[in-house]
Amino acid sequence: MSAAGPAGLGTLRRPHRWIEHLWSATIWLAMGFFLLNVAGVIAVVTVSSFASRWLGTWLPAGLTMRWYATAWREFSLNYVLIATGQITVLVVAISILIGVPAAYALARRDFALKRAVMLLFLLPLMVPPISYGIPLATVLYQSTLGGTMWGVVLANLVPTVPFVVLVMMPFIEQIDPRLESAARVLGAGTGRIFIHILAPLLAPGILAAALLVTVRTLSMFELTFLTSGPDSQTLVVALYYSIFAGGVRASQSIDAMAVMYMVNTLFFLVVALRFVNPTQLVTRVKEQPRAD
Amino acid sequence: MAGSVAKSTVWIAGQNAGVDRTVLLVVPGVLFVILLFIYPFLYGLGLSFTPKEGGFAANYAKFFSTPYLSQTIWTTLSLAIPATVINVGFALPLAFHLRHASRPQRIISGLLVVPITLGTVLVAEGLLTYLGPQGWFNRALIEFGLINTPVKLTHNYWGVLMSLVVTGFPFDFLLILSYITGIDPALAQAAATLGAGPIQRFRQIYLPLLAPGLAVVFCLAFVLSFSVFPSAILLGNPASSTRVITIAAYQAAYEDYDYSLASAIAMIMCAVQLVIVAVVLSIRGLFYRGPAGGAKG
Repeated sequence: MSAAGPAGLGTLRRPHRWIEHLWSATIWLAMGFFLLNVAGVIAVVTVSSFASRWLGTWLPAGLTMRWYATAWREFSLNYVLIATGQITVLVVAISILIGVPAAYALARRDFALKRAVMLLFLLPLMVPPISYGIPLATVLYQSTLGGTMWGVVLANLVPTVPFVVLVMMPFIEQIDPRLESAARVLGAGTGRIFIHILAPLLAPGILAAALLVTVRTLSMFELTFLTSGPDSQTLVVALYYSIFAGGVRASQSIDAMAVMYMVNTLFFLVVALRFVNPTQLVTRVKEQPRAD
Repeated sequence: MAGSVAKSTVWIAGQNAGVDRTVLLVVPGVLFVILLFIYPFLYGLGLSFTPKEGGFAANYAKFFSTPYLSQTIWTTLSLAIPATVINVGFALPLAFHLRHASRPQRIISGLLVVPITLGTVLVAEGLLTYLGPQGWFNRALIEFGLINTPVKLTHNYWGVLMSLVVTGFPFDFLLILSYITGIDPALAQAAATLGAGPIQRFRQIYLPLLAPGLAVVFCLAFVLSFSVFPSAILLGNPASSTRVITIAAYQAAYEDYDYSLASAIAMIMCAVQLVIVAVVLSIRGLFYRGPAGGAKG
C-alpha cells in the first residue's frame, strides 16, 4: 500500500505499519481462500473423471481413462463437438465481419447519433442473456430458425457483435490516422489501404477479438440453451442436460465430459490472455497509468 | 498518377460535403442489433399484452395474483441482493489492494478469469460434488473440528448462493479493478505528500472518484445475480426454495408453451432490475454530487 507514498512519510507513520501488514495479510488470506475453493471445484471434477470408484473417501480408489470413452459414446460427443465447432466458427467469422467495420467507423469518425449508436452496442452487453433470450427465441421459433444451427448462431451474435466493436475500438484508435492519409496521398485506393495498411496493423486486435468471441461462444449457456434443438447443441448445453438428468449416467462420465469442455474453453482462454488483459473480458480496455 | 490525385481530391471533397462513406460501415452492426435485440424485445413487450385469454393485462394480473409466480421475485431478490453485497463488498478492498500494475495483479486477474470463463454450468457441476455431504469442503470442516456431521450445502439456497459468489466475485473484481486503474495514482501521491494516511487517501481521494464506477459495478453485479438460471436448477431446489423468476419464465415458455406469459415474466424481470438500478443510481446521487468524470479515463 505504501508503494504509492513517498518513502520519507513512511517513517512518520511507523505506529500504523503493523495495521497495514495485518490488513495486507487479511486481503491475501481472503483471496487465497477464494482461489483455493475455485481450485477445489475444478480439481474435484478432474479427479472424478479419472476415478474408477469414489465413495466416501478423500481420493478415489483407483484411476482409469475409461470414462472418457464412455462419455464420448453415451453423449454422442462427436456430433456435439462438430456442432460446437461449426457454430463457433460461424459466430466468430460473422461477428468480426460486422463488428470490425462498425468499430472502425466509431473510432475514426464523429457523427450525429454516435452516442446513440454506442448505447445501442452497449445494451446487449448489459442486459443479461436470459432476459432477452426468451423474446429472441420466440421470434426465432416463429421464423422457423428456432432449434436450428442458424438460430443458435444468430442468438450468439447478439452479444458478440457489440463485444467485437468494444474490443476493436481502442485497437483502431491507437493506429495513427496519418498512415492512411499518407497512403491515400500516394495514390492507394480504399481497398489497397485496407489490405496493405489496416489489415496488418489490425491483425493482432482481430485475433484477440476472435479468440475472446470463441471463448464466449463456447461458454455461452443461456442463449444456446433457449434457441438450440437436438442437432444444434453446443458442448456446454449438452453438459447441462447430462447434469440435469443426474442419476441416469455415472457421475464420472458426466465429469469426463465436463473436463473436455474445460480443456476446450481454457485452451482458447490461455491463448487469448497472451494478447489481452484479463479486465478486457468484462469491460472496455483502458490503458493503465503506471504507478511508480 | 494524375488520375489518382484527382480521385483523392474527390474523396476529400466528398468528406467535406458530409457524405462520409466511412460512417456507413457502422450500418450493418446497427441494423443487426436493431433486428435481433431491439425488435425481439419490443415484440416480446407486445406479445406480453396479447395473452392467451383475458384482457390485455391478463398476464400481468395472473403473475401478481398467483403466489406461485409472484413469489419468485422475492426468492430471486433474496439470492441476488446478498450475493451482490458479498461480491462487491469483497471485491472492492481486494481490487483496491491490487490497484498498482504488478505481477501479483496480473496473476490474480488471470486466475480469476477462469471461473468466469468456465461459466455457471461447470461451476454448478463442480460445486455439486465439492460441497456435497462427502465432498472436500465438508471433509475439511470436519477434519478441522469445526463441525461434527456434514452440512447440507447442495440442492438448497446455500448452494446457489455459493455458485453466485464463485462466478460473480471475479467478475466484480475485474470490473472494479478496471475502474481503479483508471484513477491517476498521482492524486493519491499528492494527498500523501500533504500528510494523508492510507484510510484518508481511500475515503477522500479514491472513493469519491470511484463512486460512479462502483454504482455501475453494483448494478451490473445485481443484474447478473438476478438472472441466475442454470445453477438455481442444478444446485438448488428449483421446486421451492430456489424457484427463481427465470425458472418461472422458462417453464411458461418451454413447458406450457405460453410465450405470451413467458414474455410478460421476462418484462417483469427487466422491470425489477431497472427499479433496483434506479435505486442504486439515486443513492449514489445522494452521496456524491461532484463532477462525475474526475480523473477517470
